[in-house]
Amino acid sequence: MKKLRVLAGALASAVPALALAGYDVNIPAPKTPISLQIYGLHMEIMYVCLAIFVVVFGVMFYSLFAHRKSRGAVAAHFHENTTVEVIWTLIPFLILAVIAFPATKTVLAMKDASNPDMTIKVTAYQWKWQYDYLNDGLKLYATLSTPREQIGAPDAHGKVTNEHYLLETDNNVVVPVGKKIRLLITANDVIHGWYVPQLGVNQYGIPGFIKDAWFQANEPGVYRGQCSQICGKEHGYMPIVVEAKSAEDYAAWVKEQKAKQAADAAPAEKVSLADPVVR
Amino acid sequence: MEASHAHAHDDHHHAPTGLARYFTTTNHKDIGSMYMWFSLIMFFVGGFMALVIRAELFQPGIQIVNPDVFNQLTTIHALVMIFGAVMPAFVGFANWQIPLMVGASDMAFARMNNWSFWLMPPAATLLVGSFLVPGGAAGSGWTLYPPLSIQGGISVDMTILAVHIMGASSIMGSINIITTILNMRAPGMTLMRMPMFVWTWLITAYLLIAVMPVLAGAVTMLLTDRHFGTHFFNAAGGGDPTMFMHIFWFFGHPEVYIMILPAFGIISHIIPTFARKQLFGYSSMVYATASIALLSFIVWGHHMFTVGMPAAGNLFFMYATMLIAVPTGVKVFNWIATMWRGSITFETPMLFAVGFVSLFTIGGFSGLVLAVTPVDITLHNTYYVVAHFHYVLFSGAIFSIMGGAYYWLPKWTGHMYDETLGKLHFWLTAISFNITFFPQHFLGLAGMPRRIPDYAPQFTEFNQISSIGAFLLGFSQLLFLYVVIKCIRGGAKAEAKAWEGAEGLEWTVPSPAPYHTFETPPQFH
Repeated sequence: MKKLRVLAGALASAVPALALAGYDVNIPAPKTPISLQIYGLHMEIMYVCLAIFVVVFGVMFYSLFAHRKSRGAVAAHFHENTTVEVIWTLIPFLILAVIAFPATKTVLAMKDASNPDMTIKVTAYQWKWQYDYLNDGLKLYATLSTPREQIGAPDAHGKVTNEHYLLETDNNVVVPVGKKIRLLITANDVIHGWYVPQLGVNQYGIPGFIKDAWFQANEPGVYRGQCSQICGKEHGYMPIVVEAKSAEDYAAWVKEQKAKQAADAAPAEKVSLADPVVR
Repeated sequence: MEASHAHAHDDHHHAPTGLARYFTTTNHKDIGSMYMWFSLIMFFVGGFMALVIRAELFQPGIQIVNPDVFNQLTTIHALVMIFGAVMPAFVGFANWQIPLMVGASDMAFARMNNWSFWLMPPAATLLVGSFLVPGGAAGSGWTLYPPLSIQGGISVDMTILAVHIMGASSIMGSINIITTILNMRAPGMTLMRMPMFVWTWLITAYLLIAVMPVLAGAVTMLLTDRHFGTHFFNAAGGGDPTMFMHIFWFFGHPEVYIMILPAFGIISHIIPTFARKQLFGYSSMVYATASIALLSFIVWGHHMFTVGMPAAGNLFFMYATMLIAVPTGVKVFNWIATMWRGSITFETPMLFAVGFVSLFTIGGFSGLVLAVTPVDITLHNTYYVVAHFHYVLFSGAIFSIMGGAYYWLPKWTGHMYDETLGKLHFWLTAISFNITFFPQHFLGLAGMPRRIPDYAPQFTEFNQISSIGAFLLGFSQLLFLYVVIKCIRGGAKAEAKAWEGAEGLEWTVPSPAPYHTFETPPQFH
């Protein structure tokens, strides 16, 4: 099946229309209202580009075929035509306006992180993520859980066996499904990027500044992403795994995490109190 | 013409020969050739780095280079290709062609011209040599974003210094080009009758003068943040890392057009020559070039849609960016209208020109996709962006450089190049280019970030296709080197007007162009 899809992809390089057919050759299935809009915008622009491609290159390749010297073509002498030039300046302008309208609506919707159901503060480090659940008082760190032996090194090659190689963490970010989740994103050392394609979020974490973004997962599932901004040698090894769960499952998870954190914190109560981040 | 030919010999009595000739030369043709060779060497150096990158990405896991070396390779590959290969190549064309095209005896500031070239090798040595210092080369990406670039070792300082030197060289070159064009045109050649390549370079030179100092300012602030206790980009000291991005891309976006406008100029000569028909819409070409240049100053924010600018900022930069499609479209339509009802033949330069129009337009389409903020946000820093800028820079800038080289080689060397090998080179390049970069669109859409040495298994197949293509593409370029050397050493004698449909003053002097040309200005009709 995989092979087949790759074959479709290879074919698609010849025929752009096919690029829309397969899953591997397009944006992954959108799972939030925003990523759904992004998906739609991308398809719309692709169709526009395809139409322009067919018309413009149809004309060019016809000319390259029909107006060859070897077919006895004799060059004409025209070299300007104001009417034509005005028309082909105006038409692209109109096409752009048609694209810009829905895009503007999506931009405004994406930027509107107001009235969230819950807020998670995301702090990026070289090379892990810290998540503070501001409403539930939870705090967790997420690091890559793929074993180093699988990654290997130039002098000791690894063997990749994990299904979610490089896209798995020790602590996943669990969120309730159908709720508007606001992310407050920052970083502690260098710039990082919190990027999960299926959730339609790609936001830099910038040290010293807090930026917001939001998503609302429509259905339960596991959504995977990676750091999107080069942040040093382990840039390729700081994945993001978001698990969207039903309200009950989420509540159960919160309870379980709290118990775990209480157990962890008990011997070192003072350190936990000194922690200024959450509460 | 005969006069210039006869004069060609008596100058050599005084001029140094051998290596000293090249160190001391003030001749635009010598300097042009040095720029071209420098560019070709850097093209192979940068290409070698690209092949190491593609070899590492052939399969998941780390096999060939450590992640930090991988980051250094992507960083220096970009800087070498931009500042070492593409920009010097266009300056080389400018040196060779502008005096020949406007009927000037040389560049306006001949000694400064020598200096602008000889600044380049030390800069390149600093850049490439930084791999040898402790800690290796800069690994922050060519954009040198702080705070990551603050963390680097002495190699970052070497990179900053190299950028300074190359910037100074570019500014001197630009002043020279502007002065030559504005003051040394043959009688009768008004601005609106200049060859299109001259027009595009005039506008490019102004862009360079406008933005190179901005880049110099940005990297100087980086330097003082690194060593002299300033906090321009450090939030703890009241600075802002985002400010670097704004300043950098205020340089960076015009820089993109610095690398493509001269390409537009070259293509605007090749297509009319081989369609045997005058360039369609000369004045709209000039206006479109100027519009693109002006718009380039107000679109830098589209590199920063994921920074978290206010909605108004995102919208402004989206609209401004989309507008660029209009003048760019005008250019493509003009080229096609030039071909329309021409009498077309497909020598190697024309193949590269048609390849340019087709593939650059695909890069334009992906540019339109990326201009739309919400779509950009999901594709930012993925392989889609890598595919996009290689379509505009490789099948754009580099195709035009190669097409231009084949086009003017007869004028420069006095010999026709090997047409069969030239065509073979084109087809190998065009096909392997697409094998390399087309699948990267799919990788980016699927969410594979760029600048990672290792990736999740679902990205394997397209990466393998891309790597195979890259090796074909890289080794095909050795054929170009062979064709050029073969053409210099011999071949069919080129006539003064090497191409049937060629127009312009450069085709009125003999081939090879004598060492000194147009000592008395020609009359331009």
